[in-house]
Amino acid sequence: MLYQSVIVLLPLGLLVVKAFHIPPSLFLREIQSPRLLAACRLSFGLSAVAAIAATALGGVTAWTLARIPFPGKRIVDALIDLPFALPTSVAGITLTALYSPNAWIGRLVAPLGIQIAYTPLGILLAMLFVSFPFSVRTLQPVIEEIPREIEEAAALLGASPGITFLRVLLPPLRPAVGTAFCLCLARSLGEYGSIIFIAGNRPLKTEIAPLLIVTRLEQYDITGAVALAAVLLVPSFVLLFFLHRHRLLRRQ
Amino acid sequence: MTEPMTIRRLLVALTLLIVGVLLMLPLGAVLFEAFRDGIPAWIRAVRDPETLAALSLSLRLTLAAVPLSALFGLAAAWCLTKYRIPGEAFFHALLDLPLAISPVVIGLALVLTWGPRTPLGRHLPPILFAFPGMLLAVLFVTFPYVARELIPLMTAQGTEEEEAAALTGAGFFCLLRRVTLPNVRWALFHGFVLAAARSLGEFGAVSIVSGHIRGRTLTLPLLVEMFYNEYRLRDAFAVASLLTLTALLTLAAKSALSRRIRYRSSLRSNPKAAR
Repeated sequence: MLYQSVIVLLPLGLLVVKAFHIPPSLFLREIQSPRLLAACRLSFGLSAVAAIAATALGGVTAWTLARIPFPGKRIVDALIDLPFALPTSVAGITLTALYSPNAWIGRLVAPLGIQIAYTPLGILLAMLFVSFPFSVRTLQPVIEEIPREIEEAAALLGASPGITFLRVLLPPLRPAVGTAFCLCLARSLGEYGSIIFIAGNRPLKTEIAPLLIVTRLEQYDITGAVALAAVLLVPSFVLLFFLHRHRLLRRQ
Repeated sequence: MTEPMTIRRLLVALTLLIVGVLLMLPLGAVLFEAFRDGIPAWIRAVRDPETLAALSLSLRLTLAAVPLSALFGLAAAWCLTKYRIPGEAFFHALLDLPLAISPVVIGLALVLTWGPRTPLGRHLPPILFAFPGMLLAVLFVTFPYVARELIPLMTAQGTEEEEAAALTGAGFFCLLRRVTLPNVRWALFHGFVLAAARSLGEFGAVSIVSGHIRGRTLTLPLLVEMFYNEYRLRDAFAVASLLTLTALLTLAAKSALSRRIRYRSSLRSNPKAAR
């Protein structure tokens, strides 16, 4: 526990203390700067969309992996964790190599007037990539645990498969879907490594909040970096609280 | 399996499409880009002195971080499952904290704590922009993995076996070595693999505390970024492919280990099935 304190609590505690040491007027001015507002709007907005998409796509994947046998399933199942095992800088350069305007996929969609890399769309894609395993791995065990009996009972009582899915199978999954969403949101919001390559990093347009922290730090603007870090810490704590409230409720 | 055949086919197709586009395509792209100029060019990039220096640093970092992380993860899991302590929920939440916070924020917090002009850092030899700082960053991000693997298993196993061992006269270390550790062996390995993968691959937090000194504080993932920014694309992808192969090995180890854990826990809940 002491170790936990030195490694984790001490630095974070100091960060929070530092944030409170900034005079309120300076703090307000700092977080109202247009560049920071734009970065936060981009980060929060895109990570919300990415988390929804990751939860939906992860849900489909988890459902298939949990309930339907198909050839090659073990390989697919093992591959799900690839974004987790792959360093984010590798993910970043690879996604850029696929989606930049003169690359494999980028070239295919360019005639349609779609540009993926160096636009918010690219950032979204990177966020989706890194948060996908969290959604699958949260939902898969819960789907596996749904007892076969309840859907057989529903079918015997005359429910169609669609009704069974919506009214019988989906409700017990709701907490897990919430957890998956929270995890994906936290991961997307904080993601840095893979996004900086594909984003283009133009201030006010495709600059995400974590990158702005790094920029401020490199300019020795500690106050600015700390203020923005405090803004990012708040949703982290809120999400963590929600995750653990779920867990406590489930244990009871 | 109540899904009608058409829906099942559709779901499988959809899953393969998602996994194919989202995961397989990038995987193929790294390997293709890395070997585009042939294997000799790849070998030349990998044997570049800068790559070798980064490789050695990454390995040293991982070798130092993983045992420490495993030791303290085991201690934390032990405290949280075998005893009742006040504020348990808080410590559980704390375990997930490094997963919920942006690596950049973690890096910044470390700079504020251990930097050369801070109250703590002033009295210590340089930590930041050197090995100790990077080790601290890696320990921070790998902290949850071992404990999170162990806690569910140790909770499920309860304390009966430990109590029986203690009653029959086992000392603490004997108890740890002969009762607790064998029970959680595979989960511990699993946590090991995850922590190793994360410490080899961590980018954000390490990038802030490393200072990017060429040949001295660049780990492999940081080297990928540097090569890329210098338009040495082939070298960047060669190093990236090295990391990708490690990642694939991790995935194989992980999938083998989790099958083992699942098998053992099914034995535990239903011992007759084994016979």
